Amino acid sequence: MVFDIFKKFVGQGENKEKQDTNVSEVTEQVNAEQGIQAHSDPIENNETKRNLFGISFSNLKQAISKTSESLVDNVLSLTQGKQEIDDDLLDEMEEALIKADLGIDTSVDIIEKLRANKNKIRPDRIGEFLRNEFTQVLGTTNSNSLNIKNNQLNIFLITGVNGAGKTTLIGKLAYRFNMQGKKVIVAAGDTFRAAAEDQLEIWTNRAGAEIVRRDGADPASVVFDAINQAKEQNADILLIDTAGRLQNKFNLMEELNKIKRVIDREAPECLSESLLVLDATTGQNGLKQAEVFNEAVQLTSVALTKLDGTAKGGIVIAIAKEFSLPVKLIGVGEKLEDLKDFNPNDFVNALFEK
Amino acid sequence: MFEALSDRLQEAVKNASGQGTLTEDNITEALREVRRALLEADVSLKIVKAFISKIKDRAHGEEVLKSLTPGQQLVKVVYDELVELLGGEHKPISTEGKPNIIMLFGLQGSGKTTSAAKLAVRIRKNGRNPLLVAADVYRPAAIKQLQSLGKQINAPVYAVEDSTDVRSIVSSAIDYAKENGHNTVIVDTAGRLQIDTELMAELVILDRLFTPAEKLLVIDSMTGQAAVGVAETFNEQLGITGIVLTKLDGDARGGAALSVVHATGKPIKFAGMGEKLDALEPFYPDRMAQRILGMGDVLSLIEKAQESFDVESAKELERKMRTKEFSLEDFMKIQKQMKMLGSLDQILGMLPIPGMSKTDREQIAHVGEKQLKRIEACVNSMTLGERRNPDIINPNRKRRIAKGSGIPVDEINRFLKEFENMRKMMKKMTDMTKTMKGNPNKMMHKLPPGLRGKFPPF
Repeated sequence: MVFDIFKKFVGQGENKEKQDTNVSEVTEQVNAEQGIQAHSDPIENNETKRNLFGISFSNLKQAISKTSESLVDNVLSLTQGKQEIDDDLLDEMEEALIKADLGIDTSVDIIEKLRANKNKIRPDRIGEFLRNEFTQVLGTTNSNSLNIKNNQLNIFLITGVNGAGKTTLIGKLAYRFNMQGKKVIVAAGDTFRAAAEDQLEIWTNRAGAEIVRRDGADPASVVFDAINQAKEQNADILLIDTAGRLQNKFNLMEELNKIKRVIDREAPECLSESLLVLDATTGQNGLKQAEVFNEAVQLTSVALTKLDGTAKGGIVIAIAKEFSLPVKLIGVGEKLEDLKDFNPNDFVNALFEK
Repeated sequence: MFEALSDRLQEAVKNASGQGTLTEDNITEALREVRRALLEADVSLKIVKAFISKIKDRAHGEEVLKSLTPGQQLVKVVYDELVELLGGEHKPISTEGKPNIIMLFGLQGSGKTTSAAKLAVRIRKNGRNPLLVAADVYRPAAIKQLQSLGKQINAPVYAVEDSTDVRSIVSSAIDYAKENGHNTVIVDTAGRLQIDTELMAELVILDRLFTPAEKLLVIDSMTGQAAVGVAETFNEQLGITGIVLTKLDGDARGGAALSVVHATGKPIKFAGMGEKLDALEPFYPDRMAQRILGMGDVLSLIEKAQESFDVESAKELERKMRTKEFSLEDFMKIQKQMKMLGSLDQILGMLPIPGMSKTDREQIAHVGEKQLKRIEACVNSMTLGERRNPDIINPNRKRRIAKGSGIPVDEINRFLKEFENMRKMMKKMTDMTKTMKGNPNKMMHKLPPGLRGKFPPF
């Protein structure tokens, strides 16, 4: 390898000047290997002017290409050349669904339904069968649009495990509501993680919203203050950030419950969405997250984050099936407008469309 | 963690062990349970298949040892295979290079920044002098997060405000480390998707320019079937040297652990076990496998105990227990040391208590911690004399203690009585040990082989 020679030269930077030349050589070399044309700053990509909150069909297809690959292509490729649905095909299909993170129970349910109808369905119509199944599961839940009432305060309580993407989601939500001309206040309820409030403030500034922060204070007291401020200023939207917590931490879930009680007491009828943020790469633990967070804060919806080309996201189907929790938002990128409305029909169509 | 998997495996094997011999039929049934358990734990399908067929071969080929029931034999086979799959022996972290460079990378939200700080705490215990480098220049406030963590653990953080040139940041950090006597440099990089070619190139460039001794992939233990793809791509592009598995204190079954090790052939070097900054533990495959099978993690507990117990004061405590000099003051000392071991929930989790579910444990821990706090309040309201000799506590004193601590008198009575009983028990136990003809090791025979002689001296 050419690079073994490079490594020898590069060393540990005794000679600063020499190293700088090597930096650019190595950079060029690596870029060429990776097929990168010219250097561009990843955070300042060109702003595409498209519908800000909906997602175009082609972008959606792009975002869920991996989901589509594992959920549809892999399953349907099994049916090719088959004259009838036999046990081998059903077993293989079940495995393919498991691989897409649907989980055993959901996969088995779907396969058993197919098994029961195997004489009525031709192998080349299995795609249609799956499409119906998925639409049914994702669509049985109530509405998939955010619950917003005009001329009153709408509170969003955002919860989830560590690293799910809560703070980023709030930044994007704040931007969305601000663009709609609404007065937005953000409560920095993650007073635990180092610099969480700073991260949130940067996002809120970008989004043009206002932040209430009391660093290191009890989160419920921050929420209390934020609700009062929102009322005083007649804000339309209050977004509440919370610290990430693993759902098996009893005390932390109690803390969340306390926040919920403060909201119910201080601003009854104002909680628009109790939203669980779920990382699309999450596996079966997602079910447990939905269950326990639901107990603590009575969830109304799920946002699926980091759904941008690698994650399989099959867990949302399992969650929708098990808990009747609608997915309302999907995060498909790092930019402010990369938070999109979720539409089950479009989602399933994008999965199956070639 | 892994509880559900261990429950299932135990259930599966219990069914098998109810029968006299290990037949084709009952193995198949048990293995179906194992397969299901592993899949529900998010172990990748490919690996589950390989694992099952391996166990099948071994279970069939191997003769049942005379000392074991067929059920135990199957547990042993599953255990051995799990240990092997998880990577065999524990692999220590490399200290090579001047300075020694450790680079952390992974997907967004996997826990890199927190792990970087925890790693600094960890290697400092081994006598290293780490410098943390803030190379996540993209995520808002990521640098500030690392700086704030650095402050908490009292470790220096190298950062260049407003620079997005990661190469020059790392380069000048290394110069800084050399000048200031830091022999290890821990580089925290931005979260990235493995398909983001530009950001992956950034890592490849860092790798070629600075040849880090450790390239650690940080992966969330809650990751699903995607874990294999992530690990494979990072490994192909960067040739990772190990894995840091985070958020293992959650209840994820953690199948991702098996998947990434299998996919990369690289060991898991550390496990993130809690929000506290010392909660990064070496990953021991054998113990993890024991834990999966519900054998508890007694070894980890002992090691932790040895780290936190001061041998001299433990000896003194032991003497006091023997002579009934044991006072409330000593009791509080033990409480303090228990706290250093971790939360009650963590400690209970490491003990193999049969039939104790996760929820039981949490509830006991929750109640227990509350109780301990009350006891602490009560003892803190006593005078030194009272703590040393609780016998002098008369009703008058009790009323004063109740006032000071806010604990009702009858609760104080109950506590003092329990303490007195405990003291009597200790005396009895130590007397018993003496009559065992000076061979306290006799008790140890009841422990599994690996544990004998490993208890701290108290």
